[in-house]
Amino acid sequence: MGKITLNQVRKSFGEVDVIPGIDLTINEGEFVVFVGPSGCGKSTLLRLIAGLEDTSGGIIQIDGMDATDLPPAKRRLAMVFQSYALYPHMSVRKNIAFPLKMAGMDAAEQDKRVNHAAKILNLGAYLDRRPGQLSGGQRQRVAIGRAIVREPAAFLFDEPLSNLDAALRVSMRQEISELHQTLKTTMIYVTHDQVEAMTMADKIVVLNAGRIEQVGSPMDLYRSPANLFVAGFIGSPKMNLIDGAEAAKHDATTIGIRPEHITIGGDGPWEGVVGLSEHLGSDTFLKVNAGALGTLTVRASGEVMMHHGDTIRMAPQPGKILRFGADGNALA
Amino acid sequence: MARKASNTRKAVVTIAAWSIGFLIFFPILWIIILGFKSEGDAIKTPLQVLFSSWTLDSYYDVQARSNYARHFWNSVILSVGSTVLALAIAIPAAWSMAFVPGKRTKDLLMWMLSTKMMPAVGVLVPMYLLFRDFGLLDSRIGLVGVLTLINLPIVVWMLYTYFKEIPGEILEAARMDGASLKSEILYVLTPMAVPGIASTMLLNIILAWNEAFWTLQLTTSQAAPLTQFIASYSSPEGLFYAKLSAASTMAIAPILILGWFSQKQLVRGLTFGAVK
Amino acid sequence: MATAHSRTAARLMLSPAVILLLLWMIVPLGMTLYFSFLRYNLLMPGMETFVGFENYYYFVNQPAFWSALSNTLILVLGVLCITVVGGILLALLLDQPFWGQGIVRVLVIAPFFVMPTVSALVWKNMFMNPVNGMFAHMAKSLGLQPFDFLSHAPLASIILIVAWQWLPFATLILLTALQSLDREQQEAAEMDGAGWLPRFVYLTVPHLTRSITVVILIQTIFLLSVFAEILVTTNGGPGTASTNLTYLVYAQSLLNYDVGGGSAGGIIAVILANIVAIFLMRMIGKNLEA
Repeated sequence: MGKITLNQVRKSFGEVDVIPGIDLTINEGEFVVFVGPSGCGKSTLLRLIAGLEDTSGGIIQIDGMDATDLPPAKRRLAMVFQSYALYPHMSVRKNIAFPLKMAGMDAAEQDKRVNHAAKILNLGAYLDRRPGQLSGGQRQRVAIGRAIVREPAAFLFDEPLSNLDAALRVSMRQEISELHQTLKTTMIYVTHDQVEAMTMADKIVVLNAGRIEQVGSPMDLYRSPANLFVAGFIGSPKMNLIDGAEAAKHDATTIGIRPEHITIGGDGPWEGVVGLSEHLGSDTFLKVNAGALGTLTVRASGEVMMHHGDTIRMAPQPGKILRFGADGNALA
Repeated sequence: MARKASNTRKAVVTIAAWSIGFLIFFPILWIIILGFKSEGDAIKTPLQVLFSSWTLDSYYDVQARSNYARHFWNSVILSVGSTVLALAIAIPAAWSMAFVPGKRTKDLLMWMLSTKMMPAVGVLVPMYLLFRDFGLLDSRIGLVGVLTLINLPIVVWMLYTYFKEIPGEILEAARMDGASLKSEILYVLTPMAVPGIASTMLLNIILAWNEAFWTLQLTTSQAAPLTQFIASYSSPEGLFYAKLSAASTMAIAPILILGWFSQKQLVRGLTFGAVK
Repeated sequence: MATAHSRTAARLMLSPAVILLLLWMIVPLGMTLYFSFLRYNLLMPGMETFVGFENYYYFVNQPAFWSALSNTLILVLGVLCITVVGGILLALLLDQPFWGQGIVRVLVIAPFFVMPTVSALVWKNMFMNPVNGMFAHMAKSLGLQPFDFLSHAPLASIILIVAWQWLPFATLILLTALQSLDREQQEAAEMDGAGWLPRFVYLTVPHLTRSITVVILIQTIFLLSVFAEILVTTNGGPGTASTNLTYLVYAQSLLNYDVGGGSAGGIIAVILANIVAIFLMRMIGKNLEA
């Protein structure tokens, strides 16, 4: 239950190929995150899987069955929308029960399932309120509740946290992860936020301009990005990318080194002048002007007292330098 | 935000606004007053009219002379019937245009509205002959059909602007939840659009109630609504101010009351989406 | 938002409205067009003969046609001017804080609910009648000669009556638009040193444009075919002084029983309306895009 296969799935709007052709397998029970900059086609891809848009070509299989031409209602998928898309004229209870009512389930069974979902999501006290009377986080939980009562083959999430404030986003992120642990149902989650992708996913699909740049576990992507795009996209602050003579020393067109893989002090080979320093308490991020190397971001642990204008020496940690060729792809 | 308008200023505005409001409303007030006067008093100077005695005679006379109840029911049936029919045709159409817009949607809307611009006289003769040949003259069914058609463009347009305000994601959510198209429209779209549908309905009841071209041309007695009832008082020999006033009051009172009670919804509907 | 399923459904659900309106446009209009090429008089049934453009020729070449055409335009433009300008002023007034806003609103909106036949009769008899009308009483009490509005200024009188009916519509739409003005924007402009007049010209007026467009569009639709008011008050007279195109066609076909001529007039009215429509739609299309 919940295996989804895309085979050469294409989508074009008029002349524009939004998705030129994607092959992807999502295994049963996996938490897959589609991540990429805005306009990369990740939401479109999700909507193709949901059946809210027609494919221009290719095959979508759900549990081995061809679902390419099935209407959304027949695909046994549930979706949580960015705007939550709750029915404003119905109580929370009716919102959650709506898919069951549409499936023609009898009232007693509906009640049982709604109450069960409400218990999982801590919504018991709000069942008779209208969505308008709830906070953002509660609305989000109602939307999730509406999705889980159907016991779908897979859940689709379309940037579900982007309307929440920062603190709530962190806690909802954990709730969704826990929900996945409990239900063990396939989940496909779309976001532009690489932190969400890194923290939640079993498998991350990095999309750019409608193409898959890389598929892999969060740590795979972090350790060995397949190309410059993934290298730049995954990780925060961004990986430092250095061209020119320094890269040539490593037989590469470009080399990448993450801010946390640069050690300050001693007699490191690189020298630079501290520009901006951001003190977060636990970490300090320094923007270092390193001459021919360009501006490097360096992470130092704890409260490092460096100031604007200080000259420092830096050394890349051994084995952490990533090498990229002229085509942007990683070199072995 | 809380800037206090001076009371003097507020008083001046109050006086000005009330005077203008009174001036605009005065003709209606005047016929209400005249309706309760005797024929002899009704043609006197305004001051004499005000201080003459009050009477219900004119209302009795109107009732004796014409069948108010029948005209009233005809008006109700024509306006409500044509509005409900127009809504039934327009809701699916507006759904299509608002949620599955195509390249031609804007043109289609404009075309629909342009049919409203077709002057009724242009087609008066053929309509008259068609009605005659189909035996629809002076029938409520025929007139409900015509009123439905002439108001349909406005109903579609108004509903379209209301539906546009409903986020498409909610309808998609319903689709994901397994709702068929019928359930989607019936259980999700329509309840959410109730305020919009209500004001569309109100405006069209008013327009149909007051429609005075086709109702005058295509009815004589059996299906004649209140517009026809009033027109029968326009002949010179039947010109008695008090009776005319009483009849006028009776013709406009129902819609005036309905309009006053629902003016909030109505105003929203009237803006045709021009005011967000 | 669109899949093949929903597009098919959309087409299906759109079709009743489109087909009905298409029929409504084509069938009677086609018949009118056909009649307009016939010599067809209701008093002489069975004598219909094809006469080509003769009906158009006679319809256009009667003196009444040109006066009807100009009367139609004067009526539409006159009422539009009064209601738009009056509506803006009135809306600005009612937008100020004052005591009893709700009641005044109710008073102002009332004429919109009055059916045209009633308002025409009331104005004609109770106000404009040269003997017993209120204006006559007022003139007499001031020692003046009563003025016979409907005989001496028939078109102006009708414009006044129609404007009274439509002023509430314009006022309420514009008032609603004013109330939706962004207060912060106004305050920002005030901080920038903009006085009352610049704020009105640069912020309020542009904000009202869309609403004014809607007012003009909707009113024009109804004003082009003003009929009951003329039928009840002046019967198009004296002479043709207050005959508009609608009334002229009515008179030709139903009072003179000349169906052929009336139909030709109807087609001309349709063409005129379409010219106005194209003009308006251009304007509206632009203003409603945003």
